[in-house]
Amino acid sequence: MLTDYISVLVFTVVAVAFVAINLFLSRLLRPRNPYPEKLTSYECGEDPEGQSWIQFNIRFYVVALIFLIFEVEIAFLYPWGVVMKQLGLAAYLEMAVFILILGAGFVYVWKKGDLEWVKESDVIAVLERRQAEEEAQRARRTSPRDLPEAVTSDQ
Amino acid sequence: MDLTIPSTDLTAILPQITLIGAASVLLLLSLSDRLRRAMPYLALLALAVVAVQVAGLWGQAPRSFTDMMVRDDFTGFADLIFIAGAILTILISVAYAETHGIDRGEYYALILFAVSGMSLMAASVDLFTFFLSLEVLSISLYVLIGFERGEPMSNEGALKYFLLGAFASGFILYGIALIYGATGTTHYQDLTTFVNHAVPGPKNLLLLAGLGLLLVGLGFKVSMAPFHGWTPDVYQGAPTPISAFMATGSKAAGFAVLIRVFASVFAELRVDWVPLLWGLTVLTMTIGNIVALVQTDLKRLLAYSSIAHAGYMLLAIVAGGAEGSSSILFYLLVYTLMNVAAFGVIAVLSAKGEASHTLDEIAGLGVRRPALAAVMAVAMFSLAGIPPTAGFMAKFYVFSAVVKADFLGLAVIGVLNSGVSLYYYLRVVVWMYMRESTRPVPSPADRRLSLNGLAALFISALALLQIGIMPSSLLQIAQRAVLMLR
Repeated sequence: MLTDYISVLVFTVVAVAFVAINLFLSRLLRPRNPYPEKLTSYECGEDPEGQSWIQFNIRFYVVALIFLIFEVEIAFLYPWGVVMKQLGLAAYLEMAVFILILGAGFVYVWKKGDLEWVKESDVIAVLERRQAEEEAQRARRTSPRDLPEAVTSDQ
Repeated sequence: MDLTIPSTDLTAILPQITLIGAASVLLLLSLSDRLRRAMPYLALLALAVVAVQVAGLWGQAPRSFTDMMVRDDFTGFADLIFIAGAILTILISVAYAETHGIDRGEYYALILFAVSGMSLMAASVDLFTFFLSLEVLSISLYVLIGFERGEPMSNEGALKYFLLGAFASGFILYGIALIYGATGTTHYQDLTTFVNHAVPGPKNLLLLAGLGLLLVGLGFKVSMAPFHGWTPDVYQGAPTPISAFMATGSKAAGFAVLIRVFASVFAELRVDWVPLLWGLTVLTMTIGNIVALVQTDLKRLLAYSSIAHAGYMLLAIVAGGAEGSSSILFYLLVYTLMNVAAFGVIAVLSAKGEASHTLDEIAGLGVRRPALAAVMAVAMFSLAGIPPTAGFMAKFYVFSAVVKADFLGLAVIGVLNSGVSLYYYLRVVVWMYMRESTRPVPSPADRRLSLNGLAALFISALALLQIGIMPSSLLQIAQRAVLMLR
């Protein structure tokens, strides 16, 4: 039973060795000339700012997740479209159910505003916070005596 | 090439389809704010419909998806446990969710999705459908645990469960891959045939390794030592009703698969896995009970108690046979009721703003809120296994199955452990009734509690007493449910 896997083992060893030997050989042969432009992260047509090892906005993940779902849908739809006539009504209905479920998720995401890069509800929250801060500042300016602890700390 | 769609008889998974459909509808309805208050009741309605469907399909054994799903009586009984757990969880959730700002339709939709995952797990008779259903369950739970987004503990619990759960999924997949490599099939029936007709000779190490990895992954899900580390943190951090739901439903689903895979499919290999599971069972019971002794946080105490109870149920897996399996089913149902009652008291009090997470905080509960204290006392007596509560009968059946299977040593260790557990369960009762209250007795207006929560608590407490006094009819149903396993 285990001997069936000997080819897998051979394949793994050959693959690792192939890459390792080539890297080692090119290291011996190639010229070595690092300069700042060469070491920057790759960016197409723009001057890169800083390193690529930064924290990415969490919104990228939401977009990636939604993209993945529709990617899978396409992967199912293509083979289905090719053989649909042979499979008949049952296959049609099954795919309809599948798309319906995906559609429900899509409607949910859309309505929640997760397809917008900047969510409307987030903008409103930020504006409200800014407004509250401004009002608090105005209140502080008009009645400084309402903040006795600030006064005592100044003295 | 000739292609045909396999027969589309969906009777076997009709209840699960209903669950998923209802959950999707709830999800869409939650987009509008108008139905917010109706959400829990819509979810309850869906669960009631599913319960009727499960009852209607009782006694038949339809199969779906080229035999990858089956609805035999074992699935049916497991479904009843999940549905009972979910209904009671939703009832204790209503008031809690409102006061904790998590009363959104998604919360109830996710509970329904989780139940569908559990139910599919119990119905799976193929390792692949089992794995997919497990993911449906796990992903719903990851979100539910972290549902209180403002609470750092809730987030911590969710992240811990997610990382360790993903790791456990890896173990399960690797196990399935090795089992497939060794046998060339993932279907339970073909696996049984393979194991039963194996030519005598050297042991099939690949198969045993796969089985071991599968045990690690499932052990994580049912919080078997030494894979139990997440349990206290997650139960403590999750919203209290969700802790109850996890302790009951998620554990029951894990055991349903353990019964199908270990007690039934690989029963022929008992010589190989019983010694391993013997040790793990002793370890699980002992760690759970010993560490629970020093807990002062009630949710952590219940978490360690849930580890100990996983140990008792593993005893019956070691015992094996129809008797072992039916005693686990009985135990799981009783365990669901006890846990909902215990976590429910905490949730109902927490919904009133009376945090009751530590022993100090429940001191004098017997004076302040006699009815809730009584429910908690019944739950504690039952968890400890004191007659006439159902917990005693559940333990009795498990231990008698173990003794009948000739594991006398294991039974003795189990009973000793059960003795140790008396201390920490009764300590809760002592604190409730024999300590001075740290809080004033609530005024009549403050006394009013959510009716849903109270209904769930009294249903569970009464059911515990009822099953404790008259257990035989329920046990007979459990015994009949496992007959179809072969």
